[in-house]
Order: sequence, then C-alpha cells, then structure tokens
Amino acid sequence: MTSTTTPGAAPAPTSTAQRTTIAKALNAGMRAAMERDPKVLLMGEDIGKLGGVFRITEGLQKDFGEDRVIDPPLAESGILGTAVGLALRGYRPVVEIQFDGFVYPAFDQIVSQVSKMHNRSLGKLKVPMVVRIPYGGGIGAVEHHSESNESYFAHTAGLRVVSVSTTDDAYWMMQQAIASDDPVIFYEPKRRYHERGVLDLGGGVPDLADAPHRLDEAVVRTEGSDVTVLTYGPMVKVALAAAQAAELEDGPSIEVVDLRSLSPMDTDTIEASVIRTGRCITLSEAPTFTSIHAEMAAWVQEHCFYHLEAPVLRVGGYNIPYPPSRHEEVFLPDLDRVLHAVDTVLNY
Amino acid sequence: MSDEEVARPAAPNTLEGTQPDGTPARGAHEPPEKDITDGGPDMVQFLDGEGRRVPVTEVSSPYAAYLDDLDDEALKGMLRDLILVRRFDAEGFALQRQGELGLWPSLLGQEAAQVGAGRAMRPQDYAFPGYREHGVAWCKGVPPENLLGMFRGVNHGGWDSGEHNFHLYTIVIGNQMLHGVGYAMGVQFDGDYATGDPERDTAVMAFTGDGGTAQGDYNEALVFAAVKNAPVVFFVQNNHWAISQPNDKQFTVPPYRRADGFGFPGVRVDGNDVIASYAVSRAALERARSGGGPTLIEAFTYRMGAHTTSDDPTKYRISAEVDIWKKKDPIDRMRKYLLAEGIVDDDWLAAVEEEADELARRIRHACQTMPDPPHEEMFTYVYAEQHRLVEREAAEFAAYQAGFEDEGER
Repeated sequence: MTSTTTPGAAPAPTSTAQRTTIAKALNAGMRAAMERDPKVLLMGEDIGKLGGVFRITEGLQKDFGEDRVIDPPLAESGILGTAVGLALRGYRPVVEIQFDGFVYPAFDQIVSQVSKMHNRSLGKLKVPMVVRIPYGGGIGAVEHHSESNESYFAHTAGLRVVSVSTTDDAYWMMQQAIASDDPVIFYEPKRRYHERGVLDLGGGVPDLADAPHRLDEAVVRTEGSDVTVLTYGPMVKVALAAAQAAELEDGPSIEVVDLRSLSPMDTDTIEASVIRTGRCITLSEAPTFTSIHAEMAAWVQEHCFYHLEAPVLRVGGYNIPYPPSRHEEVFLPDLDRVLHAVDTVLNY
Repeated sequence: MSDEEVARPAAPNTLEGTQPDGTPARGAHEPPEKDITDGGPDMVQFLDGEGRRVPVTEVSSPYAAYLDDLDDEALKGMLRDLILVRRFDAEGFALQRQGELGLWPSLLGQEAAQVGAGRAMRPQDYAFPGYREHGVAWCKGVPPENLLGMFRGVNHGGWDSGEHNFHLYTIVIGNQMLHGVGYAMGVQFDGDYATGDPERDTAVMAFTGDGGTAQGDYNEALVFAAVKNAPVVFFVQNNHWAISQPNDKQFTVPPYRRADGFGFPGVRVDGNDVIASYAVSRAALERARSGGGPTLIEAFTYRMGAHTTSDDPTKYRISAEVDIWKKKDPIDRMRKYLLAEGIVDDDWLAAVEEEADELARRIRHACQTMPDPPHEEMFTYVYAEQHRLVEREAAEFAAYQAGFEDEGER
C-alpha cells in the first residue's frame, strides 16, 4: 500500500509532536529500541563519549553504559566480525560505520558472513544486526567521505538495504531495522542529518505496529501524472524541489516515489506509478553503471514496457571516483538536471 | 635425503631460541632455526616421538598438573579419538577420490592437536573452526557424517551449531577468529565467566592455521580480544604449509611469540603430542573462563596430506620432510605410551580398530545415501523474514519446473 506524504509535512499534530532533525530522530529510534530490548547494543568508532562524529549516538553511552554503547578498536572488519559473534550469542548489534568509504575493510565480513549465515545454517542461525552508514556527498569532505556505495550491498542476497529521507522514517525505520531478524544495511543521508520535520516522539517506548509504513515499503511522496521519479535518501528532497518548481511554472506533473528500501525493492509501487505516468527517471547520487539506477531501469522496461512513452533515463553521479569537493556542485544531481531529464522524456 | 637437506634456514631476523632462563631470546645474533621439524626449547611436550614421557621442564611445568586429571579411561579415550578421527578422515579422502565428495580437506597429522584441544573444552565452551577441524567437531559431538554435506554439495554446513557449541566451518581464512571474539564478548556481557561455577563459566576457542595468521581478521581478533580481555583461546595449528607456501613465507616471528605484542601469553605446544595439547588447552581455557583473558596456542604440527584433495603436495614439498614428520606421528606415540604403561593392550587396540572399521562403513553409507536437497530449498533460507524478490523468483522457479513435470520430462 502506498500513501501520499511530504517530507517534513506534519501528520496530524498531537500534543507530543515536535519539530526535530533526522539526526535526533535516529538517536530517538535507537534509544527506543534499546529500551525495548536489553539485547540491543551499539558499536562503532567514537560513538561513546563523543556521540559519533555526527553525534547520532549522543548521550546513549551515558544512559546505557559502556557495555551497550561500545567504543571498539579502530578496525572495521573487527567491528563487523565481532558483531557477528555477538549476534550468534543472542545480541542485536547496531554497528556504526563512520563514513561510507570506510565500510570496505568490513566488506568481507558483511558479504561473506553476515549475509550468508542464515542461509548456510538452513535457518538455524540468525544475525540480526544493523550496519549504519552515513553516506553521500554535499558536505565538502575529503575523499572516502562522500560515497554512495549501496549497490554493492543491494547486490548481495541475505542483506536488506534501506535509506531514510525524513525524520519520521529515521525514527521508525531505525527501530524496524533493529527489530528485523535479518541484517540491515541502513543508509543515512549525512547531508540531511540536520533537516527538520515533525515527529511525534510520544512518551515511553512506542509500539512498532504504529509505524506508518513497513520497512520494505516504498512511498509516493508527491503524486503526478506525466513522469515518475524513482529516488531515495538524500535525493528525495531534490526530486520534490523539481516537482514543486515544475508545478509553479505550470510545467509537467512529476510523481516522486521514495523507495525507502533498496533491497527488497517495492516493485509493486514502482510499476503502479510508471504505468500511471508512462515515463520514468531514476535519481540518486550513485554512479549509474551497474547500480540501483540500473536495476530500477531494467525492472521498469521488463515489467512496464507497453506503458512506456520514452526510455527510462538515469540521473546520477558520473561514473568516476567521487570527485574533489570543489566539483560536487556539478557532480551531484540537482534540480536542473532532473528537470532537463523530465524535458527529455517528455519530448522523446 | 638427510634431515639437513630439509632444514629451511629461517629469515635472518628470526627470533628463535631462548635464554638459559627460558625467556625468549632477542636479537639477530641468535643462530637461525636449524630444522623446521624441531619445535625448539620453548615447546611444551610430554611425550617424545617414541611415546616416552619426557622430563618436566621449566617450560612445561605450568601445564604438568593437568595431566593428573587424566586417568586411564581418559587416556584411552584420547587414543580412541585419534584412531577414529583418522579413520573418518581417511574415509573422507576416499569418498572424494571416488566422486562422492567434491572436495576434502584432510586433517591427517593434526589429530593430536585437535583432540587435545577438543577434549579440553567443556560442553558450554564454544568452538569456531576453520574447515579442517574434524577432530574438534568429533570431540564436540557433531556426528561426523554431518561434516560431509558441505563437501558433497548438499548444504553449506549440515549441523546445528547451537546444539553442539561448534560453529559452522568457515572457508574464508580468518573470519571466524573475530566471530569467536565477539561471541566471547557476549559471554562477558552475560556474566558467564569468572563466577567460579564450572557449569557456567564459558570460554571460546577459535581455530586457524599458520596461513591464517597473516590475515587482517586474525590480527584484528587478537587486538579486540586483548582490549576486551575476552575469554577466548586462539588455537593456531601451525601445520607448516599454507596450501603450497611454507610458513617462512607467512611470518618471520613464530605465532606463539607474536602474542606478546598483542599483550597476552602465547605458548607453543607439540601438536603431535595429544596430552601436551590437552594440558596447554586446559590451562588456557581455564584462564579464559576465570577472567584471565585470552591466550594464543601455537600447536606445532604438520599437514601430512594435501591442503585439500585439489592440490598435489609433491609439486611443492620434498618427501624427506614428510618422512621426518611420519616419525613424529601422533597416534604411534600415544599408542606406544599407553602400551608401555599397560593402560591398553592388543585386544583393546583391536577392538578400537574394529570400531573404526564400523565407523568407516557408517560414514560411507551415510554419504552415499545422503539425499539431494529439494531444489526449491535454495530460496527458503535466504532471509529470516519475507523478501519480495526471493519470493517472486521462488514462485517463477516453481512454475518453470512444473512445466517440465507436465511434459513428463522429470
């Protein structure tokens, strides 16, 4: 099922609803999960006293102790590998990778062990862990700090891969990911950490059944009739801005689908949208070659072929190493590139 | 060829040898290791190659008390383990040669290291193996036929690791060392160590070979274990060959010495001496269970066979080296020892040989009658929860296969 919401737009405000940031919503989500289940523990470089380099875990070590908010030695494979052992012992580790480009030393543990343990044991073993990765560019960082490497993990069976774009999703999807019996690679759009939305934090530990969407469900963020933009994470905001700009100028009507989950992909929502609009653009910061873009485009042509008025266009990062930050402005897809692609598919 | 010809001079900076007080010697002026088949004076050994008890030395004395725990039944049990595990392994090799298994990694020569370690573990202790630890699996109660499934290609590990406290085999070298440390950290968080309750206090033993000591994960595991003072024992079977590479291409300082740099004790034990392997493992496990922290054990042993049935050791090593190690055979020396002590006799040995024959028959039958898994099972355990893509493909697969059945082609 899909619903129509806009990031930052308030659900019916209640007495406990407040404007908060994605960063604080993630923190609140982890706190709720830790209060709900004493087996949940956090592990990552500098996440204790410092609260992580982005302060996402701020205050949690103070409240839950050093055995539940663990500052491990600085070794990503070590962190992931020991998290596997902890999961086998019955814990639910939530691992923070400090930056996207630092996950590679742990790649082997994630794809060789974490993803396959349940399958290898014919269902007898579970490794219910979350790997949090602040990802994407736009913050003027040095190399290895701005990558969108979600395709590597979405390509690996056994892993769930999700990305959030709103405070609401940050809060609820974090808790859903931790509660999942499957390992979840949880992508956090770092340049959106401080964007605000209205979130009802209520009081006490929330009931996960109250989450507005399932963890693997896509959401139509704004409806449109001429072209579908399939996107997720930090680019949702860009897509919505493009839709709004087009609307203001009496231009084409753009529908924005926020995938939320990259694996599994909610292909029902994708197909329904593209069949309705007849045109499709994929949008993410990731280089387009053999990417989530490529999967979305292939899926649409395979399943919506007779409904398409134009080829699917991919708007993404160029197929180069993430460039020095002085190039970011033109490397990262922006509103103009989205509108240019919209014009292209409409004029096909 | 002579022994001299198989000696591989160590690299010039190898820190071999010890001071008269038993502490490791330091400095390049020390003579290089003369013979790779000689474990040196630091090695804990209680039985020599002829099965004679060697005098307790300063190096072995901390472990001698654990031999007192070994009554005649326990000693006989160990010899029985060695014989049965070797027979199981031989059957695995034969089954591969006959096309019943796709691959077999033989433990030939390493039985004593594994049985010593395995028998030192308590039921609650958790083992994280590589893929050659058939002897440890045996001691942990894993039915040996269950080890064959993954090598036959019917599964990726056919035993319930939680039931036996013996994790699935790990093929990527070194990954499991970190799993062991993480599990041990969980033991700490659960408070299941250092309580003084022998039924509760738990340790972890993580196994790898000498080749594994080069891996990043191995070294990270040692760092994490040291920092967390985790109740874990690293058991390195130095079998001298990482597939085709001798271990002077894996390290210049032997594994037991490297533990010092990580901040916990390392000990070299004669891995072909089952009682020494047992005693050293007991000491390390009890240290871990009681909160003393990690220990690294280097079992100095030898891989008598190929790395797996896929390689040919005659291409990379000389037979004289193998011949020397044949004389150090772990079963021969234990048999001689127990015969000389009057603990076993020929009748007992004949009964165990008969038991080994029966085991081999059982293994063979189990292997040959192991059913292929239903193909749809490929899709069953990919995720613990619903996953749209897998469900969709499983349904497509089922429909496609059903088409053939309709045509009577299957």
